[in-house]
Amino acid sequence: MAPRQRGATDPAGERELLSAGDVARTVARMAHQIIEKTALDAPSAPAVVLMGIPTRGAPLARRLADRIRDFSGVAVPTGTLDVTLYRDDLRRGPTRPLETTKLPAGGVDDRLVVLVDDVLFSGRTIRAALDALRDHGRPRAVQLAVLVDRGHRELPIRADYVGKNVPTARSEEVHVLLEEFDQRDGVVLR
Amino acid sequence: MRHLLGTEGIDPADAVAILDTAAGLKQSLEGREVRKLPTLRGRTVITMFYENSTRTRVSFEIAGKWMSADVVNVSSSGSSVSKGESLRDTALTLAAAGADCVVVRHPASGAAHRLAGWLKDVGTSVVNAGDGMHEHPTQALLDAATLRERLAGGDATGQDLRDRRIAIVGDVLHSRVARSNVHLLTALGAHVTLVAPPTLLPTGVGAWPVTVSHDLDAELPSQDAVMLLRVQAERMHGGFFPSAREYSIAYGLNERRLGLLPEHAVVLHPGPMLRGMEIASSVADSPRAAITEQVRNGVHVRMAVLYHLLAHEEENA
Repeated sequence: MAPRQRGATDPAGERELLSAGDVARTVARMAHQIIEKTALDAPSAPAVVLMGIPTRGAPLARRLADRIRDFSGVAVPTGTLDVTLYRDDLRRGPTRPLETTKLPAGGVDDRLVVLVDDVLFSGRTIRAALDALRDHGRPRAVQLAVLVDRGHRELPIRADYVGKNVPTARSEEVHVLLEEFDQRDGVVLR
Repeated sequence: MRHLLGTEGIDPADAVAILDTAAGLKQSLEGREVRKLPTLRGRTVITMFYENSTRTRVSFEIAGKWMSADVVNVSSSGSSVSKGESLRDTALTLAAAGADCVVVRHPASGAAHRLAGWLKDVGTSVVNAGDGMHEHPTQALLDAATLRERLAGGDATGQDLRDRRIAIVGDVLHSRVARSNVHLLTALGAHVTLVAPPTLLPTGVGAWPVTVSHDLDAELPSQDAVMLLRVQAERMHGGFFPSAREYSIAYGLNERRLGLLPEHAVVLHPGPMLRGMEIASSVADSPRAAITEQVRNGVHVRMAVLYHLLAHEEENA
């Protein structure tokens, strides 16, 4: 298959927003921003943990942690936080299967928790994540990192770290593809 | 899924989905401060118990409360049932009072099915918590959850019980637990052997997808699990076996028999146990027995059942 041109629309009506290389560079930039904003490599640094929201937030959190370790030498613990049971739209679809919740060793109490998700859209997933987090402990602060912010917020929520802002129509779908699930990295609009 | 009335004819994919949800809930609730999820906020679950029960009633009540449902318990004594109200009228009353789900235990086989029929038009879900000598599906699900977890020795998400060998021993005739387990475990791919004296096997057992044996010692070495059933004296009117002692010698799981089981095999008992009758006290307390785990898993399985029945859009059936 010929390399896809950025912005080109393929026959399936799919437009590439980020290539695999773009995803890697974006994750690296976000890792730098997290190091800078949280000063996690300073002597009096707060204990930072990255909590990925399944499914695609989980590997993104691990990738961010890997880059942060590469750039700062600090090993940031990661975990996953399933928000299914806290969603406000459970009665608007078929039964949703649960995902994994795995707190980092030592939990979230008094730590700076960075929630990691692939796409920020209505903000309802993050609302659910904040509720879920509250049942697991009391973080010192909570921040949000997303690979793509596509707008159309329905709640007063914003991200602290954004990989790429993408203006979209409500009817469009943004898909983050990750090798762990999709055999390739990239972000496409359908 | 609208109701959970039995495990006969259950879709294996549905059963695995419930087990996966239960495992997810267990893992998610483990070691956390607040054991409460907002998932069923505003839903009302009413338990109707027309028969004595400790673990099942408590387990459903805790399950509902941990999911933030409002749980109301009704028992036959102390309700209008003792004034002679019929099951149908009581059920319609509870549905009219706002029950989204009715959990029913009743001494008559088929009670839950009748209830589901009467409540067809009101949209209330029915969970069978044991009907006479017929079915007890949540018990079978929690047994399957315990087996799957123990035998996998780790994350068992998505797995069934393919090619596992499970012996169900004792009073099969009077046991709704045995019936539900036969249907569920075989649906999940397991091979079930019933071990009991001929007097405690139901007629028509030949049509069940199981092997039947009367010799416990011969079956034990090839099993992955043994499930012991309580001898249900309250349902026995007549001589099913010569004496308790003789039953215990022939079909009780004692230390010697525990030694015949493979190293990895699990011992299950749905409770309440009659120590010294179907199970020796030392066996019940041994690490091979998963009896308290069964109770713990019972809460998560019942949470999962409520989740699958109540936390999705209304079906226009």
